[in-house]
Amino acid sequence: MVKLAEWRGKELFRRYGIPVPNGRVVRSAAEADEVVRSGAIALPLVVKAQVLAGGRGKGGAVKFATTPDELRSVVTGMLGMPFKDETVKEVLLEPKVPVGRELYLSIALDRSAREPLLIASGQGGVEIESLADDQLVRIDVHPFAGLTLYEKRRVSIAFGLAPSVSKELGGVLDSLWKAFQDEDAELVEINPLAVVDGHLVALDAKVIIEDDAGFRHPEYAEIRDDRTPLEEIAREKEIAFVQLDGDIGVIANGAGLTMATLDVLAQFGGKPGVFLDLGGTDDPVKVTDAFLLMAKAHPSVVFLNIFGGVTRCDTVAKGLVAAMTQVPDSDRFPLVARIRGNNEDLGRQILQSAGITALSDLKASVQAAIAAEQPRTARRAAV
Amino acid sequence: MTVLVDTNTRVVVQGITGHQGTVHTNQMKAFGTHVVAGVTPGKGGSKVEGVPVFDSVTEAVAATGANVSVIFVPAPFAKDAFFEAADAGIPLAVVVTEHIPFHDMLTMYYYGRLRGVRIIGPNCPGIAAPGKAKAGIIPNVVFRPGRVGVISRSGTLTYEIVNGIKESGLGQSTCIGLGGDPVVGTSFVDALPLFEQDPDTDLLVLVGEIGGTAEEEAADYIRHRFTKPVVAYIAGRSAPPGKRMGHAGAIIARGRGTAASKLSALKDAGATVADFPYDVPTLVAERLREVGNR
Repeated sequence: MVKLAEWRGKELFRRYGIPVPNGRVVRSAAEADEVVRSGAIALPLVVKAQVLAGGRGKGGAVKFATTPDELRSVVTGMLGMPFKDETVKEVLLEPKVPVGRELYLSIALDRSAREPLLIASGQGGVEIESLADDQLVRIDVHPFAGLTLYEKRRVSIAFGLAPSVSKELGGVLDSLWKAFQDEDAELVEINPLAVVDGHLVALDAKVIIEDDAGFRHPEYAEIRDDRTPLEEIAREKEIAFVQLDGDIGVIANGAGLTMATLDVLAQFGGKPGVFLDLGGTDDPVKVTDAFLLMAKAHPSVVFLNIFGGVTRCDTVAKGLVAAMTQVPDSDRFPLVARIRGNNEDLGRQILQSAGITALSDLKASVQAAIAAEQPRTARRAAV
Repeated sequence: MTVLVDTNTRVVVQGITGHQGTVHTNQMKAFGTHVVAGVTPGKGGSKVEGVPVFDSVTEAVAATGANVSVIFVPAPFAKDAFFEAADAGIPLAVVVTEHIPFHDMLTMYYYGRLRGVRIIGPNCPGIAAPGKAKAGIIPNVVFRPGRVGVISRSGTLTYEIVNGIKESGLGQSTCIGLGGDPVVGTSFVDALPLFEQDPDTDLLVLVGEIGGTAEEEAADYIRHRFTKPVVAYIAGRSAPPGKRMGHAGAIIARGRGTAASKLSALKDAGATVADFPYDVPTLVAERLREVGNR
């Protein structure tokens, strides 16, 4: 999924006709200075760190500036600041406005209803999880009918807005629904949608775009917010990469099998570090790619659990043995492999004769992997 | 009688000339399935694995009486391939294709409802009834005819568990891999009545994963309307909490979706819960003995 930074989300909202403040993104104090000096936005300003995590207000990632000096110091202090797992690289400057009521709107998928779900609340500006059920309006939107007039009326009545603002709300809801569909969004959220001088303005924007729709939206391919180099390689090779706290590397094919493997590891006291999920494939090229990627993560041992569908196990085993020779000596690690499927006996023989522990029983092979762990520190010292 | 596929099943493979389509046509035939047609626009008149290829599903149905479509068409074109199958009167479409945007799947699902077409998948291993037919990609080697039904949201984990059942000496009636995408054509709750009514199934194995609420909904159905014994396994009990889909996602799930929530719901519904995949066959054998002794 592609999470859009607030300013990108607001740009998207603007394209769909949702009113947003007149903002500018800057990456230095000098740029911020220029925004004020050129008259693009007048002081006082709100300065918002462009990070993806929530809780910015409480975490010092949203501040105000009333003078040019204050603006410089706020922007300088914010840029480069760590915020949760991110680092602030850009800030959004917007005019400070008198905020009246704050509302909440979002559309996301309701998996079990198999329909998009519109959530609306008259109590915006707070974490939506903190609101009680009776403060929320939930409307399942049928994709064929779209957001209907009567559904929009329901939201409007729940909000209790003045007639002129109600009319604006209808427009915002239509735009939000259109953006959700046309951009292939997983989530579009406005929190808060504020009443400012009698008009609605989206003061924040949270938009998540679905990865799978990339073929329709090449524009989102450029956005790579905060991925580590290893994650980036994995992404290019279409391998799911997850970093956990332990040291054991796990390579498996398919999300369910990967999770089951981690469950068994945990049961016997193993601590998984990096795990790679190849997806449902047993493509030997992908197994090799994953293997070489794993080597870069310096695991204490690698446990490989592949259930072959199409490819014969001996083909996968030959690929693995070849991949082992490509790993530099400094990155070597013990390997325990379990490959099930067609020709698995032959596959095991090939691995064993190359000095790789190869077993067929899941419990036994997990135990063997844990026993084969090499402490990373000791190994690095030996290198 | 059986669940969804049997010896009367006549499969048309959409996207038969692609690598996956060709490989699995071969494997479905080796399983004993009547694969009667393939469709790839522009390749009509050729043959793949001895199966005649047509330019459209309508032609394929008219010429061969195909009644199940297995779709391997790449994601950008999968929605259209499904519309074609539905318009040609195919009542069951197994969509193997992965990475179909959920917005497309929503359209496919409701279009299927309008046309009376059941979808299995997308991103799924499909259906297999050993000794009868296979519409999908589950490896042939894991099967043996028997009386244990299997439904699963996983792919390779399904193979692992079905294989375990075979190695323990038991066999399967029908296995359905429903697919793990956010929107699936057939959920656990949709599939459970099929196994309840199937005289060839004595016991059902349910394989779930963390995330979503499909297992909790299945548990609710099992408690009230499913009379056969159920053995369940849920993958992901040790997984750290996943990233949530923004704040709205948390609201939708309402605190459900964790392994603990799924396990307790299934236990409360009377299902026997396996802690690990390799425990499934033993528990299946135990529950079958109880039923036999009753």
